[in-house]
Amino acid sequence: MGDSNYSKAYIQTLIDELKTSKIYTDLQCAAQVEIAKPTLRLSELKKGVLNGLVNSGWDRKLRNAIYRFLQTHPKLQFPSPPPEHLKEPLVFLRKAQQAWEKRILKSLNSMCTDLNIPLARKRPEKEQKEWAQKWTELGIDGPVHFEKTEPKDASVKDLSQFRPVYAPKDFLEVIIGLQNPNYHGSDTPGFYHLWGIVQVPLKVKDIDELRLQYSDMSINQCQSGIDDAQDIPSELFEQERVKLGKKVINTNHGPLAQEFSKKGCPTSMRATLWCQILAVELDEIDILYYEQLKTNVLQHDLLVDSLLYKDVKLTATNDDQYFVFEDFLYQVLLPFSRDTYVLNHFDYNSASPPKSYIRGRLGMDEFAVNYPPNGVIPFHGFAMYVAPMCFLYKETITLYYVFREMYVRYFFRLHSISSHPQGIVGLSLLFESLLQTHESDLFFHLKSVGCQPLKVAFKWLVRAFSGYLSSDQVLLLWDRVLAYNSLEILAVLAVAIFSFRKTNLMKVQSYNAAEAVLADLTTLQVIPLIQLSLFSK
Amino acid sequence: MDKSVLLNNFETRGWVPVGPDDDWNFYWANVQSIRNVFSIDCGFRLTDDQVISHFPNHVELTRKDLMVKNIKRYRKDLDKEGNPLAEKDENGRYIHLDFIPQTFMLPADYNLFVEEFRKNPNTTWIMKPCGKARGVGIFLVNKLSQLKKWSRDSKTSNFTPPTSKDTYVISKYIDNPLLIGGKKFDLRLYVLVTSFRPLKCYLFRLGFARFCTVKYNASINELDNMFVHLTNVSIQKQGDDYNNVHGGKWTVQNLRLFLEGTRGKEVTDRLFDEMQWQIVHSLKAVAGGISNDRHCFECYGYDIIIDDNLKPWLIEVNASPSLTSTTSSDRIMKYKLINDVINIVIPPGQVPDVRWNKIPAKEHLGNFDVLYDEELAQQDVMGGDPRKLGPGTFRGKRDGSRPSPATWK
Repeated sequence: MGDSNYSKAYIQTLIDELKTSKIYTDLQCAAQVEIAKPTLRLSELKKGVLNGLVNSGWDRKLRNAIYRFLQTHPKLQFPSPPPEHLKEPLVFLRKAQQAWEKRILKSLNSMCTDLNIPLARKRPEKEQKEWAQKWTELGIDGPVHFEKTEPKDASVKDLSQFRPVYAPKDFLEVIIGLQNPNYHGSDTPGFYHLWGIVQVPLKVKDIDELRLQYSDMSINQCQSGIDDAQDIPSELFEQERVKLGKKVINTNHGPLAQEFSKKGCPTSMRATLWCQILAVELDEIDILYYEQLKTNVLQHDLLVDSLLYKDVKLTATNDDQYFVFEDFLYQVLLPFSRDTYVLNHFDYNSASPPKSYIRGRLGMDEFAVNYPPNGVIPFHGFAMYVAPMCFLYKETITLYYVFREMYVRYFFRLHSISSHPQGIVGLSLLFESLLQTHESDLFFHLKSVGCQPLKVAFKWLVRAFSGYLSSDQVLLLWDRVLAYNSLEILAVLAVAIFSFRKTNLMKVQSYNAAEAVLADLTTLQVIPLIQLSLFSK
Repeated sequence: MDKSVLLNNFETRGWVPVGPDDDWNFYWANVQSIRNVFSIDCGFRLTDDQVISHFPNHVELTRKDLMVKNIKRYRKDLDKEGNPLAEKDENGRYIHLDFIPQTFMLPADYNLFVEEFRKNPNTTWIMKPCGKARGVGIFLVNKLSQLKKWSRDSKTSNFTPPTSKDTYVISKYIDNPLLIGGKKFDLRLYVLVTSFRPLKCYLFRLGFARFCTVKYNASINELDNMFVHLTNVSIQKQGDDYNNVHGGKWTVQNLRLFLEGTRGKEVTDRLFDEMQWQIVHSLKAVAGGISNDRHCFECYGYDIIIDDNLKPWLIEVNASPSLTSTTSSDRIMKYKLINDVINIVIPPGQVPDVRWNKIPAKEHLGNFDVLYDEELAQQDVMGGDPRKLGPGTFRGKRDGSRPSPATWK
């Protein structure tokens, strides 16, 4: 491995990680099988074994494992930075994130004391059995006592008392308040003041860099989602695309699937392609692990469960595209909150898992636990990260692992404060700067009637447009997020939508009117919009 | 009946409502009034500038027992003439024409039913009264004792034919419906017919799936729970979990997206093709018997259930599909439905004239696609190579600007 892009330490970490994973033992077993073959000659032992492994597809599997590692472990500089810097290099943002987390945890704890419900409790035997039976139908009763004959007491949860811990607009207020202490922000001229509401001067890409990055989406390239529509003869694009897609899927190679998806995934291949890009391949261990998570849900009841349940009821159940999948959402979200694998992503997430203490041992570190076990406190709309994927996977277990991977790679960035260019702060700034540069009259007009564009677009970004666009469009958009390994396309789309509705937006005279123009996005076709916005100036 | 969807469409066109004794051009009738218009005693002849929204004897298609009778007869006829469509497999079941669940008329076919039931005693059957709608009077049967009443009726030897109030159809219950999110659903598709001979029918693209609010449970104990089994909105509306935002309705586009994503494109295409082809055959089955009055058109509501082998089953056809709206997207869809129906039946801007050729221009189709236009299909036959009966693709638009489909099974 003479690749000079990766330092020795990085490669060593990669090797160490591979050695501890299942693929190592599998490879050893496969190599032993190869050695036992009678056709193998002693003089060519190493070559023979290697060839045998390659021929039986182990080469590909190893490549996929390495690819997965590369995707989740960014290259480190030398000397390697301290761990807090990996999470977030800018101190003031780190502090802001910590302050925000304190607020959330405080809110959660006070809800706890107000409603007199423990953060976690062990379920009685009987309740566990009931939950096991109703596991696939949680949409009906949810985390309330199923025995309707028992008198209602304080422990029976009345969902109306639960409020989501925070909503995107609360988060936006925090972001608006971010100030780099090295600058004087003020309205007097000569002082640094950004035009939009995000006042953190992070470096974001400009349109030329975006054009380069998304060059496979340019107008002269056929795309899934436009050029394979029903009224276009399939010989022009669709047939070739499907043929190519089948070949790509058969090679089972992550980078190849990713490259192919840059022009979008044909609907019937999307599920497999996403699995390959995310390197989600289920084996018996994964199935057991999910069962273990499910058992955790059955045994212990967390306050977070009620929050998740309420969130689903507020969002997906009321959505005419996703209400069908309500029960699946519980089967994914409840185990998710118990999954400690998710804690790993906090190494590169500016956020940190909230800590709670065993009853009576407040402040004593030996009795601190992560709460919830996966460290992620859901907010209003969290369930919508899962909902569009229900169109792809009808087994909950595959759905679970794909969602988990999507979360620890992309979605976490949408609700934590960080300087990462794809973090929500970066995306907001990208949105504002693109809009200011390319639709300055629109930006100025909206600002002058009291509508900062980000205030409308923010909720789209936080949810990655789930629930705002129609389901097939969300999937096409997320194809590109995966294929280009970047969330920046969300900001590009937001700008494109403002451009598209510019005529009406220029006529509005109030914030509410602007919001009304942008309220219904379900008729939009995202790919042509993005193409127009990026490539037709 | 909530008529707002109709009235809005009429008002937008500047039409003038008239009273029962005045002259009229366009009559959106209910089933009762149709009987009056075409009755032998008090009916009247329609003039060339009058169109009415039902065919006189639409019951041939829309009454459960008559539909079954007509389809069975149609299949037998095709079989007799040796048509390849009527091919049967080794069990005697039709391969291409098996689109209604096995059905018997009660009390007339009681004995035949019993014979069939005894062959497979563990099956469930569904009893539906012939003359009712909206899920009223339906119940599930899994024991012969539940049908004591009809057993007695069939043994009496009086010859008075049972009225439609007393007759039931009993069909094999589809106990393996395709479930999505664990819930059962059925499909409502709207089909506009402007003529039966030659057959001209159009399929509305914005159909929807109606979901049961309660999880599907095939256990015997739940047979009585109509919320589990019947998807009629009027029944589901009374359930605790009924949601007013979406009304348990899913668009056909979402259904298609889900099936393509989870099952693959080929089987999904095949499913949708098969549904369209079933609709055409059901219409062809009654085409001979319906009086093809050229003043008439009709917008049918087709109810189809898909089983988990992705095979569609035609359950019934409604002559007066409900036009009341349960949600706002529902209202918009039904408005578009009526709008497009009127535009197809009467070319926009004109007074109805029943002598026109009934070939609507492409831009008037709106959200309808041409399902089958027999006249145009025959023109193609004469013009080009003879069309073989083969697997069809009904995506009419694929063939360029000609509205008729290329081949069909």
